[in-house]
Amino acid sequence: MEDDAPVIYGLEFQARALTPQTAETDAIRFLVGTQSLKYDNQIHIIDFDDENNMINKNVLLHQVGEIWHISTSPADGGVLATCYNKPSDSKVLTCATVWRMPKELEPGSHESPDDSSSTAHTLELLCHLDNTAHGSMACVTWEPTGDGKKVISLADNHILLWDLQESSSQAVLASSASLEGKGQLKFTSGRWSPHHTGTQVATANDTTIRGWDTRSMSQIYCIENAHGQLVRDLDFNPNRQYYLASCGDDCKVKFWDTRNVTEPVKTLEEHSHWVWNVRYNHSHDQLVLTGSSDSRVILSNMVSISSEPFGHLVDDDDLSDQEERRPEEKSQEPPQDSVIATYEEHEDSVYAVDWSSADPWLFASLSYDGRLVINRVPRALKYHILL
Amino acid sequence: MAAAAAGPGPGSGPGDSPEGPEAEAPERRRKAHGMLKLYYGLSEGETAGRPPGSDPLDPTDLNGAHFDPEVYLDKLRRECPLAQLMDSETDMVRQIRALDSDMQTLVYENYNKFISATDTIRKMKNDFRKMEDEMDRLATNMAVITDFSARISATLQDRHERITKLAGVHALLRKLQFLFELPSRLTKCVELGAYGQAVRYQGRARAVLQQYQHLPSFRAIQDDCQVITARLAQQLRQRFREGGSGAPEQAECVELLLALGEPAEELCDEFLAHARGRLEAELRSLEAELGPSPPAPDVLEFTDHGGSGFVGGLCQVASAYQELFAAQGPAGAEKLAAFARELGGRYFALVERRLAQEQGSGDNSLLVRALDRFHRRLRAPGALLAAAGLAEAATEIVERVARERLGHHLQGLRAAFLGCLTDVRQALAAPRLAGKEGPGLAELLANVASSILSHIKASLAAVHLFTAKEVSFSNKPYFRGEFCSQGVREGLIVGFIRSMCQTAQSFCDSPGEKGGATPPALLLLLSRLCLDYETATVSYVLTLTDEQFLVQDQSPVTPVSTLCAEARETARRLLTHYVKVQGLVISQMLRKSVETRDWLSTLEPRNVRAVMKRVVEDTTAIDVQVGLLYEEGVRKAQSSDSSKRTFSVYSSSRQQGRYAPSYTPSAPMDTNLLSNIQKLFSERIDVFSPVEFNKVSVLTGIIKISLKTLLECVRLRTFGRFGLQQVQVDCHFLQLYLWRFVADEELVHLLLDEVVASAALRCPDPVPMEPSVVEVICERG
Repeated sequence: MEDDAPVIYGLEFQARALTPQTAETDAIRFLVGTQSLKYDNQIHIIDFDDENNMINKNVLLHQVGEIWHISTSPADGGVLATCYNKPSDSKVLTCATVWRMPKELEPGSHESPDDSSSTAHTLELLCHLDNTAHGSMACVTWEPTGDGKKVISLADNHILLWDLQESSSQAVLASSASLEGKGQLKFTSGRWSPHHTGTQVATANDTTIRGWDTRSMSQIYCIENAHGQLVRDLDFNPNRQYYLASCGDDCKVKFWDTRNVTEPVKTLEEHSHWVWNVRYNHSHDQLVLTGSSDSRVILSNMVSISSEPFGHLVDDDDLSDQEERRPEEKSQEPPQDSVIATYEEHEDSVYAVDWSSADPWLFASLSYDGRLVINRVPRALKYHILL
Repeated sequence: MAAAAAGPGPGSGPGDSPEGPEAEAPERRRKAHGMLKLYYGLSEGETAGRPPGSDPLDPTDLNGAHFDPEVYLDKLRRECPLAQLMDSETDMVRQIRALDSDMQTLVYENYNKFISATDTIRKMKNDFRKMEDEMDRLATNMAVITDFSARISATLQDRHERITKLAGVHALLRKLQFLFELPSRLTKCVELGAYGQAVRYQGRARAVLQQYQHLPSFRAIQDDCQVITARLAQQLRQRFREGGSGAPEQAECVELLLALGEPAEELCDEFLAHARGRLEAELRSLEAELGPSPPAPDVLEFTDHGGSGFVGGLCQVASAYQELFAAQGPAGAEKLAAFARELGGRYFALVERRLAQEQGSGDNSLLVRALDRFHRRLRAPGALLAAAGLAEAATEIVERVARERLGHHLQGLRAAFLGCLTDVRQALAAPRLAGKEGPGLAELLANVASSILSHIKASLAAVHLFTAKEVSFSNKPYFRGEFCSQGVREGLIVGFIRSMCQTAQSFCDSPGEKGGATPPALLLLLSRLCLDYETATVSYVLTLTDEQFLVQDQSPVTPVSTLCAEARETARRLLTHYVKVQGLVISQMLRKSVETRDWLSTLEPRNVRAVMKRVVEDTTAIDVQVGLLYEEGVRKAQSSDSSKRTFSVYSSSRQQGRYAPSYTPSAPMDTNLLSNIQKLFSERIDVFSPVEFNKVSVLTGIIKISLKTLLECVRLRTFGRFGLQQVQVDCHFLQLYLWRFVADEELVHLLLDEVVASAALRCPDPVPMEPSVVEVICERG
């Protein structure tokens, strides 16, 4: 089906950073940050025109360095944060900065014609998250439901909570905590839970996953040896507050109940190399997206541990009119977890995947060679879930 | 009279065969007869035979009845010439003369006969008269005799009656005497202990006494008798109750008591109660043998005791009971059955307790013999007491024990397997401590395989005892069918192989997080073991089982192929896990080496880094290890001596050609395009792909995992110029040594190419080292 065909967009540089524009709920928009040591780096704003299956891009120059991580404010569509390497002679330091994109590129403003795509815009610097005392920034994550004033950044073994003040022009370190232990502890990834009124953050370092309370900045749970090797990414189930997905270098995706962390609830072992990214669908949490350095993106249907384990009762009524007497019986059948689709459009390791914040059936994946692929959930499954 | 009798015969005609002694002249005789006939008034015409053609009414027929001499003469005169007339005349004369003489002879003959007949008759007349007189005399004599006889019997009658009466009285008197003597006789019998005699006397007298009890004298006797009988009964009961004297005597007592007319039901109960007492004593002694404190006698002895003591007793009781109380009908039989069931149940409970104690021991032959005895002993009461179902219960116990034995053997096999694994672990751990070569992996594998196989065989042999021909229960349907197929084949052998696979697989799952818990060599060894099972051992063991236990049961059994598939799957998983574990070990080394180094401020490379040498060493070690157990496998055709040259070419010219554009500043598009085009022509590399069962595939897997890790780690770092050069040197070094291990050396090229290319991309100042220098460094290091 023509609609289901993937849309591919190529960047000129290597790229690892991808994010949907979180504050935007109408247009499908992804931001991609490039990695180049020799040229000026860019942030590509990818607008996807669902009806025409077309991509519009705008390029923002990001001259301060190669982008390792990018995230957008959930409240203000024009505000984003990047983690980037400052080019330097002797050592590599990753910094984090909050930016505002030019007005005409903000979502909703359709004044800017497409001809601007050739000319590169520049970002307006709002504030630095000062990390001189804390080391390299691994990622910046925004309070998901908040007003875009709270940000957490992970710097080496520190977890830092920032207050953005005066329309984000000033970042004040509100509180921080740090991980003590032998060896060099380094956070690799972190996510802010959408539940618990935004008081929980989960972080990953080495093979361990930790949960933090942002009010006291104290650890609330810890999953030791969550994966056999490095944990690469985390995501919270948007509908089930205690459920957490993680992925790592042991090629596995694991699902956890943070109330009982001795055993994973479920383990997926579909990838044949490290899994770099795991993302729950924002609306239908049975859909789980993973990207791996085996160059594959896998969309899984984790019905059994989703918030709708039995699907909608109506669906049987609609599907089988003759069997109206037994819809309940049928819906009692244990749902099958399965791989919905494996996407093999990428030629290189996929380091980032994410769902669109506007269209729950659409997702993008980014591989190291700069290829961005936009895919949709298969139509049959979509109707199955909806109806 | 004689003529009349002879008349019809000659009259039947001249054609008839002659009859009688006078047959010599039939013609003449006939004529004479004819004349006699005439004489006696019989018409000639009435005779049947007459010469044909002659008309009887013809008046010219000389012999005819209607002969008319006038007509005849007329005819002669008219028809015949003179001569003929003359002839006729002479002839006629001659005939007349002949007739005359005949007549005379006849008359003379018959005259004599007549005379003698008359004489005879006269004589007879005289004799009869005499006889009549004699008869008359006889009659009178007889009358006289009858008369006398009647008189005699009349006289004797009276006396005979009196004699009969006297004889009756005599008999009665003897009976009466017996009756009167009865009490004393009974007393004497009782005193002498001849209870049987007493009971017989009493039985004889009872009916009479019963009948004449209205007579006072008889009554007295009866009363006496009853008293004595009561005493007798009491004594019998006493004896009966005292018991001890054994079942046959008791049975006798009961029999006598029954004869005395004691109520059968009560006796029946009492009998059973006594029997119960005795059997319970047996059971108690058995239980005492069971007791925890004294060392239990061996199970054979125990079942012997039980068999002879309890089961024998039960048999006696049952047969005696059935003899004595046959009259009781089904109710009595039911009572006996219930009795047997209850005691049997208790006996079985004891036996089971004893057998349970036996579960721990390994000796099957003793147990089977014990079970055999047990089962055999219970066959007899089983026949006697079909209703009690003892034989079935016994068979059930035997079956249960057999099942438990199977379970025990399965446990034993599992334990043996785990023991083998522990031995292997120790053997694997030992050489490192001692610092010398331990037994090789192949040797260990052979040890494990043979040890497990011998355990399986031992178990089979032990279990086989249950189906031996001479064992009494071996022909039960359970032992012929289910025991063989479900029990031995499925439960024991298939169960063991499955559990072995599971145990082996658990090594893949559980310690995967930590990695180090299972020594990789053990994984490798188990994998080979499972593969061997798949190829040969499974089918061998199952065939062995099927042969030994001629499985007749039709119930479905696990086919060999399924089991083989399971074993193969296990082997595959173990090997894949081995690859992962070993790959991880090398990956960790590479990752640490990349992550911990400061690549920006590194010095110009002088050496291959030590970690790379370590990687090559480890890979070689793994290669040796795998080579001990797995075959070489197939490589892509590429002769070994050419490879090195190919690589030299690659490192100097191809590498140059490939990376040159990306090193020189050009449009950023080129880099991208180049790497994309490069990828178009290379196949996607599945890093953690399943491996095949050969050395090359295993090594390929490990190297793939390691190099992919190196690639990903390199991409996360930023390199200075010398950093890049160091990577170049390291990759070249790896290239030099790793190609020989893999199936397709192009794979190593590709991955290392990519590592170097990625490092170049991650370098702000990419100035590659001269290939010749790289080679020199590598060769030196």
